[in-house]
Amino acid sequence: MAKKTLGPVRREFTPWEDTAAEPFIEFRNVTKRFGDFVAVDNLSLKIYEREFFALLGGSGCGKTTMMRMLAGFETPTSGQIFLDGQDLAGIPAFRRPSNMMFQSYALFPHMSVENNIAFGLKQDKLPKSEIDDRVAEMLRLTKLEQFAKRKPHQLSGGQRQRVALARSLAKRPKVLLLDEPLGALDRKLREETQFELMALQEDLKMTFLIVTHDQEEAMTVADRIAVMDQGQLVQVATPAEIYETPNSKFVANFIGDVNLIETKVVEASPSQTRLEAMMGGFLIETDQTTSARPGDTVWYAIRPEKVRVAKGKAEPGSVNAVNGPVWDIAYLGDVSIIHAKIGEGDFDTLKSTFANVTRVVEDPITWYDDVVLTFDRNAGVILDR
Amino acid sequence: MSQKKSQAPKRSLGSKALIAVPFLWLVIFFLAPFFIVFKISLSEVAVAIPPYLPTFDLAEGWTGFVEALSGFSFENYIWLIEDDLYWKSYLSSAQIALISTLITLVVGYPIAYGMARSPKEWRPTLLMLVILPFWTSFLIRVYAWIGILKNEGLLNQLLLALGVINEPLVIMNTDLAVYIGIVYSYLPFLVLPLYASLEKLDISLLEAAEDLGCPPWKAFWKITLPLSIPGVVAGCFLVFIPAVGEFVIPDLLGGSNTLMIGKTLWVEFFSNRDWPVSSAVAVILLLILVVPIVLFQNHQQKLAEMQS
Repeated sequence: MAKKTLGPVRREFTPWEDTAAEPFIEFRNVTKRFGDFVAVDNLSLKIYEREFFALLGGSGCGKTTMMRMLAGFETPTSGQIFLDGQDLAGIPAFRRPSNMMFQSYALFPHMSVENNIAFGLKQDKLPKSEIDDRVAEMLRLTKLEQFAKRKPHQLSGGQRQRVALARSLAKRPKVLLLDEPLGALDRKLREETQFELMALQEDLKMTFLIVTHDQEEAMTVADRIAVMDQGQLVQVATPAEIYETPNSKFVANFIGDVNLIETKVVEASPSQTRLEAMMGGFLIETDQTTSARPGDTVWYAIRPEKVRVAKGKAEPGSVNAVNGPVWDIAYLGDVSIIHAKIGEGDFDTLKSTFANVTRVVEDPITWYDDVVLTFDRNAGVILDR
Repeated sequence: MSQKKSQAPKRSLGSKALIAVPFLWLVIFFLAPFFIVFKISLSEVAVAIPPYLPTFDLAEGWTGFVEALSGFSFENYIWLIEDDLYWKSYLSSAQIALISTLITLVVGYPIAYGMARSPKEWRPTLLMLVILPFWTSFLIRVYAWIGILKNEGLLNQLLLALGVINEPLVIMNTDLAVYIGIVYSYLPFLVLPLYASLEKLDISLLEAAEDLGCPPWKAFWKITLPLSIPGVVAGCFLVFIPAVGEFVIPDLLGGSNTLMIGKTLWVEFFSNRDWPVSSAVAVILLLILVVPIVLFQNHQQKLAEMQS
């Protein structure tokens, strides 16, 4: 039997599944308050060596505070942070074995590119020949050789980003902290750089911790993602798990596009669950079990690309199928999105996306066409929060 | 095309007029008086009103004008070189101005730094406090220092009462009093530009330095200080340039042997009624000050270019 996984496998690296594995970075019941505001709320998290870990969340969710506490710029109100077995409490930022790449890059404007990169090495009082070697290596790694003598204001945004990266890597830190590292780059360059970052992490065999609000960025680069909201971890899992099995409406909504269907439990047996959708009144049947009881309200989350759309009408009494007129169509080039109106209310629509695999479409679906939307038994997940 | 052509000179005329305003101002209130002073510096002393010769008289016409021109000489400038009083005055002024500028910097830097690092909501108040002394006349503030520094003044009374000293310190009428006066009076001129450049400093630069293993005190020397140099230079020029020609402070607080060119000028003009020599002193003073002023201008321009 063929192996089954959620999504494609990027690399065989799953230390978090090994219960005996020692975490490399550990947050233990960490709370951080700013006055009345709780930025990080009694949070525990384990990150493993050589992991590319992403903290993902909206602004003010506490992700940056987490990183700043690890770097030593903020002190936890309570709780402990460990790095490579060492309790970081009381260790000032300039003695911590982590380096950070700042969102603003924070390049020293009065120093040349090479002096920016050498800055951290000089603090360690390394011999000059070693500093020169290391700077040359970093310049090569980030393809900045011909810009070594330039000042930051003579560089483009992408070049500055690479200087910031080179500077934070030069000291070979135990963990590299990336604070929204690609936020200032345009889309194309950002995508390129994401893959460069992954390759770099693989080559250097370092632990990377990235803070971002961009879910695509987190999905692309990270081995695991922690989705944060209001100072708490909502879900910590691989990108595929986060996308395919979100544990809450928040995660389902935050990552990617989703149809969240409010339903009433009809049957909750150990082998299957039957739900009745509030809008459209159609029946959903799934192998997934739930702790909810018949009559309870739960949500059924299904990704639009897992909803098939075809012209026609659903047969009466069919499950995992609903029909209605096409309400909206969006053509995005690579995919198209269809909104079908399945209920009475203005927003009672179901979304379906499909790849535009052919250039020419015969008998295309258009506005007000009656369509039937169907999906597999296990295409969605039941969410009770 | 033709429309554009007809509009372009019109607009440039307007902008020319705008630039003409400061130029006209400088011509009327700087260049013209300067030439009058320069002309007087080429004349010779006379017991007359005004107390110098030759003077132009429109009634004597062209020949009179040419005759008056032949009366001009550079004798006064030669006199300035021959008599060492003037050289010493210039040098001593520059020295006093330089030392006071350095003291002002040492006193002013922590003030500006403290202001720039204070909580945001305090800053307008602190800025106000720096500017506040300007609401009192400069002259009155310098007079007030006499009350503080003189032998039976407030400072000596306080120190005697505290038992720090047994007999009053002689500060009044010494160079020290002049330094105190200059540092006090010109401190805001240094603090304000320095504060402006320190306040602009991105805190994340200091965090980056610390993150890379640089302790905060060292980050000050490596990051804060180099990046505040534009403010330091601007502030120092703003103190040094007026301090060189300062007259009120050395006159009121300084002793009889405090030599400053402003004072020498005053004595030459009012006590000796030697307008030509005092004019020559003024012209030379201006030429000496042109050097730092041009340096300052260059510095400001370079800064503006770098920022653009």
